[in-house]
Amino acid sequence: MAQVERPLSPHLQIYKPQISSVLSILHRMTGFGLGVGSLLLAWWLVAAAYGPDAFAVVQDFISSWLGRLILLGFTFCFFFHMANGIRHLFWDIGKGFEIKTADMTGWLAFLGAGALTVLAWIAGYAMRGGS
Amino acid sequence: MSLRSPLGSVRGLGSAKHGLDHWWVQRMTALALIPLGLWLAASLISQVGADHAAFKDWLGTPGRSVAMVLFLFATFYHMKLGIQVIIEDYVHSHWHLVLQICNSFVCILLGTASIFAVLKLALGG
Repeated sequence: MAQVERPLSPHLQIYKPQISSVLSILHRMTGFGLGVGSLLLAWWLVAAAYGPDAFAVVQDFISSWLGRLILLGFTFCFFFHMANGIRHLFWDIGKGFEIKTADMTGWLAFLGAGALTVLAWIAGYAMRGGS
Repeated sequence: MSLRSPLGSVRGLGSAKHGLDHWWVQRMTALALIPLGLWLAASLISQVGADHAAFKDWLGTPGRSVAMVLFLFATFYHMKLGIQVIIEDYVHSHWHLVLQICNSFVCILLGTASIFAVLKLALGG
């Protein structure tokens, strides 16, 4: 690269956080989180293929407090990345760029993901009979 | 050291012609993952607390096995593309190439292993 002193655009910390920018980086962070969580998914499936003993080890880990914490984060990452991904697909066809609309769909994606996470865990605990 | 500016040295060469493919496949896998992901989320909730035999029975039907393989293929392809862009954006040292290779290998390994696991569970053995 040519070493020319050029003016820099203002750095990130100059700007007040806004729903659009915060959700933009959250989309990337949740996507990366899902990538890390996919290790657990692959481990779970491969263990199931190895047999009941290996499967039980993974099930025990997922049932532990650490496993549940990881799964809780994974659930939110999943629902948020999906909801915000749908926003992105609408932007790709040129819809939803008005600031009011983008702010509204942003809050919808964020709060909707939170609500779906809570609902999924209530349903999960109901399947286990409350434990 | 060349006195040409970075722009001058690439002007006229055109693009690498690989940009559209990345963009398009990322969108197509995203689109496919909406129904597949929602199906899997609902399915996993229904399988909470299931033991190995119950899970194997559940996964064993052709429809579920195919949906699972499609989900895994789309997921690990989408993941490879996404992590690739994160590395491109944040890693500018010579580690760039090492990380890109690791990303490809890990995603292909995880995808292949997961899909093989589903096939083994579904087809017996």
